[in-house]
Amino acid sequence: MSRIQATFDKLKQNKRKALIPFFTAGDPDPKLTVPLMHALVEAGSDVIELGVPFSDPMADGPTIQRASERALKHHVGLHHVLDMVAEFRRSNAATPVVLMGYGNPIEAMGWEPFAKRCAEAGVDGVLTVDFPPEESHESFAHLDKHGIDPIFLLAPTSTDARIERVAEQARGYVYYVSLKGVTGAGNLDLSAIAEKIPQLREHIKLPIGVGFGIRDAATALEVAKLCDGVVVGSRIVQEIENSTSQNVVASVTRLVRELRQAVDQA
Amino acid sequence: MYNYPDSTGHFGPYGGIYVAETLMGALDELNQAYEKYRSDPEFIAELNFDLKHFVGRPSPIYHAKRWSEQLGGAQIFLKREDLNHTGAHKVNNTVGQALLAKRMGKPRVIAETGAGQHGVATATVAARYGMECVVYMGSEDVKRQAQNVYRMKLLGATVVPVESGSRTLKDALNEAMRDWVTNIGNTFYIIGTVAGPHPYPVMVRDFNSVVGKECVVQMPEIAGSQPDVVIACVGGGSNAMGIFYSYIDVPGVTLIGVEAGGHGIASGSHAAPLTTNSPVGVLHGNKTYLMQDADGQIIETHSISAGLDYPGVGPEHSWLKDSGRAEYVAINDDEALRAFHDLCRMEGIIPALESSHALAHAAKIAPAMGKDKVVLVNLSGRGDKDMATVARASGIEF
Repeated sequence: MSRIQATFDKLKQNKRKALIPFFTAGDPDPKLTVPLMHALVEAGSDVIELGVPFSDPMADGPTIQRASERALKHHVGLHHVLDMVAEFRRSNAATPVVLMGYGNPIEAMGWEPFAKRCAEAGVDGVLTVDFPPEESHESFAHLDKHGIDPIFLLAPTSTDARIERVAEQARGYVYYVSLKGVTGAGNLDLSAIAEKIPQLREHIKLPIGVGFGIRDAATALEVAKLCDGVVVGSRIVQEIENSTSQNVVASVTRLVRELRQAVDQA
Repeated sequence: MYNYPDSTGHFGPYGGIYVAETLMGALDELNQAYEKYRSDPEFIAELNFDLKHFVGRPSPIYHAKRWSEQLGGAQIFLKREDLNHTGAHKVNNTVGQALLAKRMGKPRVIAETGAGQHGVATATVAARYGMECVVYMGSEDVKRQAQNVYRMKLLGATVVPVESGSRTLKDALNEAMRDWVTNIGNTFYIIGTVAGPHPYPVMVRDFNSVVGKECVVQMPEIAGSQPDVVIACVGGGSNAMGIFYSYIDVPGVTLIGVEAGGHGIASGSHAAPLTTNSPVGVLHGNKTYLMQDADGQIIETHSISAGLDYPGVGPEHSWLKDSGRAEYVAINDDEALRAFHDLCRMEGIIPALESSHALAHAAKIAPAMGKDKVVLVNLSGRGDKDMATVARASGIEF
C-alpha cells in the first residue's frame, strides 16, 4: 500500500481530516528545506506538497512566484529537490511527499529517469499543474511503472466528463481548486465548494483535498468540514517570506499548529 | 494535402493543451465557439467587411526594384502589412478574435504585449467594438515603449505593468493567463501570436492567413509568377504562419523563417530556439522548441526587436522545421539594422525592426540568385515605433 493511501486510511479510521501544507523547495534557502519538512511533520502535517521551482509559474499568484524566484536565485532545480526528499526520507519513512510544479523541468530531465529517481528518493506523488489528463497519458505511464501516484487538479469549471476522466487516471488523492483564480487569491466561496464536492464524489472514489485561497485557521476548519484534506500553500509561503532564516522554522511550526488545531475540530 | 493541427491541437508532437485544469473549461468553450463561427457565413462576412473597411485590406505587394537592383540578384517583393491600420499584421488577428468574443458574449478582453503592437491592435478593436480592455506589459517594456503605452491609453485601454520574472513579454503572458483564470466568466483572452494552448495556434494562424491568401492572387499579377522563396520573421511566428500557410501545399516555393540572432548565436544572447535546435519543452500551454537551461528553467532572450524577443515559438513552426517544409535561420541585430537603413534609403519605406530581420535575410540570399528569381518578404510592420531604438543604436538620444 502506498504511503498516501495508508495515511488517508488511518485518518479516516480516526475520523480526522488531512492537513497538507505546501512550500517551495529551496525557499528561503536550500539548507532550510529538509528542516522545514521535518518541522511541518512535527507540527501535525499529514502530507507534504513540495514545490519544484519554475521560472514561469503561470497558475500561481505573486506569493508563490516570489518563492520560486528566491529558490532559483540558489539555482535549486529538480535534481536538488529529489536529493532533498531523499535526505528527508533518511529520518522519516511515513509522511507522504508530493512534488508539485510545472511539466517543463520534468520534460528536461525525461519522464523515465524522473520517475525512477522519484521512487529512489521516496517521492509518493507528482502533481504537474500544466499537464491535464489530455496531455499526460504517456508521461504518467512512467510514474505508474515506478509506483508514483499522479495527483490531478479539478476546478469549479470542471464538467462531469472531465471529472470522470480524472477519476480514471488519478491515484493517491484529488486536489480540488476551490476558486476561480491563481494560488493565494482571496475570493474563496464556501457554499460553492459545498455544492461541488458531492458532484466530485459521484465519480471520485479517492480522498479529495481542497486548496487555493485558504488563508487562516477559521477557513481551514470550514473547508475541512467539506472534504478529506485541506491544502495550505500561499499562507505558509507568506510566513516563510516574512521570517528570517533564524526564526522561519519556529514561525512555520506555530502557523501549522494553529491550522492543525482548527482542522481537528472538523 | 497539409492538414494540421489534428482535432486535439497537435502538430505532430508539438502544440496541445498544457494548462491547469482551471483553464480547461474556458478553452473548451473557446474551441467550440471557434469551430462554430469559423465557417459561419455571417461571421465571415462581418470579418471580411472590417478587414476591408477598418483595416484597409487587401494590402498591396510592392516590387522593391531599386533595392533588388543594388543587390544584383533576385527580384524582391514586399507584402505591405505595414500599411494596415495600426501598422502591422497583428490587427488581422485582433479583429477576428474580438468579433469572436462579441459572439461569445464576453464584454472584456485582455492581452499581453511585448513591443506594444499587439496591445495597440487589441486596444484598437476593443474601442471599435465597445469592449473593456486590459493589456499586460512587462515593466521593462513599458519603459522602452512609452509611446505605445500612451497609444493604448488613448484608445481607452488599461495598461498593467508586470513586475515579475524578467519583466518582459513572457511575464506579461503569465500575468494575462492569471487574469483570465480569475475572470473566466466575462473575459476573452486575445493572444497575439500562434502560440498558447489549442485552439490559439490554429485560430491566430487562420486569422492571419488572409496575408498569404492575398499573395497567392497578387503575385502572378505583379510578378508574373508565384515566388521562389517566401521569407518572414519569426518570434512567436504569427506573420510567418500568415504568409506561409497558403504556400505550404504549393510545390517549388521555399519557405524561410527568420529568427532573432541578437548579438550572434555563438554569444548565447539571442532568441532563436529553432535555428539553435533548442530542446523541446512546454511553456504557455504548448509543446515546442524552447530556450531553457539544463534544469528546464526558461532562459532570458535578447533581440533588438521586442517583438522577436521570446524564448519559445509557435508549435506549427516546430513542426514545419521537423518536417522540412520550412527552414529557419537567424539574423543578428546589426544585420537587421543594416537592412532597416537600406530599405529606408533605397525604397522610402521604414520597416519594423522585426520585419527588418526578414529583409536582411532576403538581402543575404538575393545576390546569389538569378535576376529572374522572385523573393517575397512579409513586411509585417512599419518602423515608426522603433525610432528611439534605432536612434540609440546609432548613438543618438532624443
